[in-house]
Amino acid sequence: MSDPERPLQTRAEEFLTLFTKGAELTRELVHENAHLRRRLLQMQQQTRLAARDPADWERHRRDLLHRIEGLEGERKETLSRLEELEHENEEFARRQVEVEQENNSLASLYVASFQLHSTLDLEEVLRIVVEIVINLIGAERFVVYLVDDKTGILEPVASEGEPAEGLVRIPLGQGILGGAALARGATCRDATASEDPSAPIVCIPLRIEDRPLGAIAIYNLLQQKDCFTPLDHELFNLLAGHAATAIFSARLYAQSERKRNTMQGLLQLLTK
Amino acid sequence: MQKLRILVVDDSPTMRLLLSMALRRQRTFELVEATDGMDALKKLSADSFDLALVDINMPIMDGFTLIELVRKNRDFQGLPIVVVTTEGASADRDRAIQLGADDYVTKPVQPNQVLRVVNALLKVN
Ligand SMILES: [Mg+2]
Repeated sequence: MSDPERPLQTRAEEFLTLFTKGAELTRELVHENAHLRRRLLQMQQQTRLAARDPADWERHRRDLLHRIEGLEGERKETLSRLEELEHENEEFARRQVEVEQENNSLASLYVASFQLHSTLDLEEVLRIVVEIVINLIGAERFVVYLVDDKTGILEPVASEGEPAEGLVRIPLGQGILGGAALARGATCRDATASEDPSAPIVCIPLRIEDRPLGAIAIYNLLQQKDCFTPLDHELFNLLAGHAATAIFSARLYAQSERKRNTMQGLLQLLTK
Repeated sequence: MQKLRILVVDDSPTMRLLLSMALRRQRTFELVEATDGMDALKKLSADSFDLALVDINMPIMDGFTLIELVRKNRDFQGLPIVVVTTEGASADRDRAIQLGADDYVTKPVQPNQVLRVVNALLKVN
């Protein structure tokens, strides 16, 4: 509101400021208006052109459709390639597990055969057989028998987890064990733990060609082991052959050592 | 690349060979073997190690005593210990872990399982 007390000059200055602001606003509005007019003209021209040549629009539409089709095809191809890759990946992972398993098996078999042939001492060979059966097969209760050459009876020579009363002598060919000791390969019962604790779940005959040397009877597996693996069967075969050879060699070596000592003793007596 | 030294403690030569073969797949591991707890203590005192793989049942000094003594000794502080146990879910494993073992593998030993457990503790791969 105007104040009649204020000097005229101040009021004039106020009016001038107000006027300048109004002029600025008007300039902005004119500028905006011109811009909008230009946009409208452009739009009108475009619409006119489109209306003048609908074939252009149709061509454009077809191009776009064609491009969409192409992209759709590419998408399908990419998806199928992706599927292929996924499949390849799965196959690769499966193969890797297989190779790892094979590696494990080969390592175990190598260790077993290397150890069995690392000594000519019968006690040591038997200790290694026990170690293999515990550590590589995972047996909890088992007995190793050797055939007494004179009597043809299976004598228990090493065991794990088997009470003394279970360590009995068994004539070759008699009962489950006596019969299994004469078999060509391991006799397996398809059970993880036998219902009859006196019947072995696996019997591995130890033999060289046709000559039975002994047997390993496994009665129980370790708690965490619930079935035999393909590696176990390989180990049964390896034990059947290699443990028998190692035992045979150790016995032969002991015999020859005994003979050598006797001869040496005789020689010493003769040359005294 | 600096090698990581692992002490394999087991009285069974078969197990030592199998464990060493499993770990040798990792080229950055250097392996030393000990035949019982006492032998392991001697080797641990004489040299520095990055991990020990310990069997439980051993003559002279078993795995439990070894773990107990290692955990009491400031010189071996922080040494990761993996035990090799016979039974999967039972007392041996629990007792070893209680005494300070970091992890375990069960028999029959799978070489790749040993490698996985050891690699995880040493943060390899
Ligand atoms: Mg042991």
